[in-house]
Amino acid sequence: MTKLLPMNRRNFLQASAAGLAAGTVPGLFGSQAMAQTALTVGFIYVGPKDDYGYNQAHAEGAAVIKKMPGITLVEEENVPETVDVQKTMESMINLDGATLLFPTSFGYFDPHMLAMAAKYPKIQFRHCGGLWTEGKHPANTGSYFGYIGQGQYLNGIAAGYATKSKKIGFVAAKPIPQVVQNINSFLLGARSVDPTITCQVIFTGEWSLAVKEAEATNALIDQGADVVTCHVDSPKVVVETAAGRGAFVCGYHANQSALAKDKYLTGAEWAWGNVYTNFIKAAQSGGKLGNFVRGGLKDGFVKMSPLGPAVSAEGRKKFEATLAEIMSGKFSVFKGPIKDNKGNVVVTAGTAFAEDAIELESMGYLVEGVVGSTS
Amino acid sequence: MEDTGIGLWGVPLAIFAGAIRVSTPFIFVSLGETITERSGRINLGLEGTLVFGAMTAYAVAVMTGSPTLGVLAAMATGAIFGTIHGWICKWPKVNDIAIGIAMMQFGLGLAFFLGKSFIQPVAPKLPSIPLGGWSAVPQVQAALNINVLFFIGAALALFLWWAFRNTRIGLTLRVVGDSTDAARAMGISPDRVRLLATAAGGSLAAIGGAYLSLYYPGSWNEGISSGQGLMAVALVIFARWNPIGCFLAALLFGGAGALGPALQSVGVTQGYYLFYAAPYVLTLIILIATSSPTRSLAGAPGALSLTK
Repeated sequence: MTKLLPMNRRNFLQASAAGLAAGTVPGLFGSQAMAQTALTVGFIYVGPKDDYGYNQAHAEGAAVIKKMPGITLVEEENVPETVDVQKTMESMINLDGATLLFPTSFGYFDPHMLAMAAKYPKIQFRHCGGLWTEGKHPANTGSYFGYIGQGQYLNGIAAGYATKSKKIGFVAAKPIPQVVQNINSFLLGARSVDPTITCQVIFTGEWSLAVKEAEATNALIDQGADVVTCHVDSPKVVVETAAGRGAFVCGYHANQSALAKDKYLTGAEWAWGNVYTNFIKAAQSGGKLGNFVRGGLKDGFVKMSPLGPAVSAEGRKKFEATLAEIMSGKFSVFKGPIKDNKGNVVVTAGTAFAEDAIELESMGYLVEGVVGSTS
Repeated sequence: MEDTGIGLWGVPLAIFAGAIRVSTPFIFVSLGETITERSGRINLGLEGTLVFGAMTAYAVAVMTGSPTLGVLAAMATGAIFGTIHGWICKWPKVNDIAIGIAMMQFGLGLAFFLGKSFIQPVAPKLPSIPLGGWSAVPQVQAALNINVLFFIGAALALFLWWAFRNTRIGLTLRVVGDSTDAARAMGISPDRVRLLATAAGGSLAAIGGAYLSLYYPGSWNEGISSGQGLMAVALVIFARWNPIGCFLAALLFGGAGALGPALQSVGVTQGYYLFYAAPYVLTLIILIATSSPTRSLAGAPGALSLTK
């Protein structure tokens, strides 16, 4: 393998220099699957695919494309973000004949997926959440993601009307840009209702740590937070613990209203089925898959859970008005001036980032009013 | 602005509450392992037993609507896992540590396989005893909502400590653990004692699992344990095979584990990864502080393969 690798890389580099018109290199393996309707697609999940959360949202999307004609779906759950995922990808490529892979977890991107993409230049890789950069990353890879921050902004509006203590809480896994953006959006949404609201954030350090998530939720509520949301792989524990302590809950990833009953305000959910359907249609018709695919509420990448009974009439009105504005494409969550929680100006007055602004995808600061630190 | 937070008091309260909430699985697994190791055998498979117990308890509670039945079913499966371990280990030249690791993987795999369909449903939870009625502070009330299994674990620790010294069964167990030959000379069958001790240990470990899935955090998924069963086995050595030591060590681990989230909630937010390492740093410090250059592992059963 070590001898083969440089040659593959050279082939790949030549091809990408020529702009990689997919499949111009004569099929070494005789698989021009991209141009055919029969297509084997691989999905890799970091946890169980029925976790009430991140993986379930993806698996529901995969279930949608499974029904499309000509599609063979291969899935593997509980694949760690280690060299294990490389083995899974190799086995999907070599044993199952998959030519389009969706490694769905953040940590799969670098170095694992990039290594596999260099080794298998004829296989298409699309990663959820990674920041694909032209010229830096192989052309047979790409990333897709939804602007769920808007959803967290709407969560924040619901939270802003529900909180009495003016303290809301956020249980976060790791301080990566997407998580940080959700935290900031949640607070900005709440502050659009009442600018005195603060948001306490607790990082657990891992995507799925049930006991620590429960401890974090309890600690937030002990400190007076009365609305809690989260960004962890499976929000089930946070939702149940918070509702059990009598706090309101905003959901994330999938609809958790069944777990929190009337304590559930609303939730930001993924709608991956639409996204995957577009990819598959492009692949089956021989079109370009797109290397950088993004969309928000108005593109059908993200949706909101129905509002719960605890949302006041006033809150409902503001929620729906903001949602309508987002749907029209004219709304931006990050409008200057915005300071971070250390007092530095991070968005200057007069600047408004559209939902697809690239600056938002490398966000590393917590805005003023968020109590917490990313390190 | 109505302030309902309790400020810096949240930290000691969270450590106290965390010690009680998080420690219970550690208590049961380490007490179970103490029984097993006192008989001269190590069962490293308790992580698998714990997770399988968590799955069984959750599944049975979902199907019957009774969390108590769930706990009993978990105990039964734990005993079966222990019996398999004990039975395999009685054959000559079988290494109990290797079997333990195999049993752990087997337990995890089987639990994930059988538990697939129980991730979604919501099971009824084990009841807790509200002891915080005297306080007007809701945080204190929440912290003093203590599960009945915690008290059972505490009582069990005391009972085992007494029973190891003062009952015939306790003495038999210790004889087998300290010298296989002496036990044989006394007409005791070491294999049978160890089989029963491993079964009892497995059964207790499964209660720890039931606590995880039926009370705190109170949900079944494949990441429910995150290695608590393994840590509890290490706790036994840390506690020098003393049941009361196990109980205290479990409290210490529970409390130290609550430190990270609690500090972040009061605004100490820098370096949380370091706070999360607190339980392990603490263990190292205590082990170094209590180590002795002249003795090796005081209280270790003589026939344990670990110390041979």
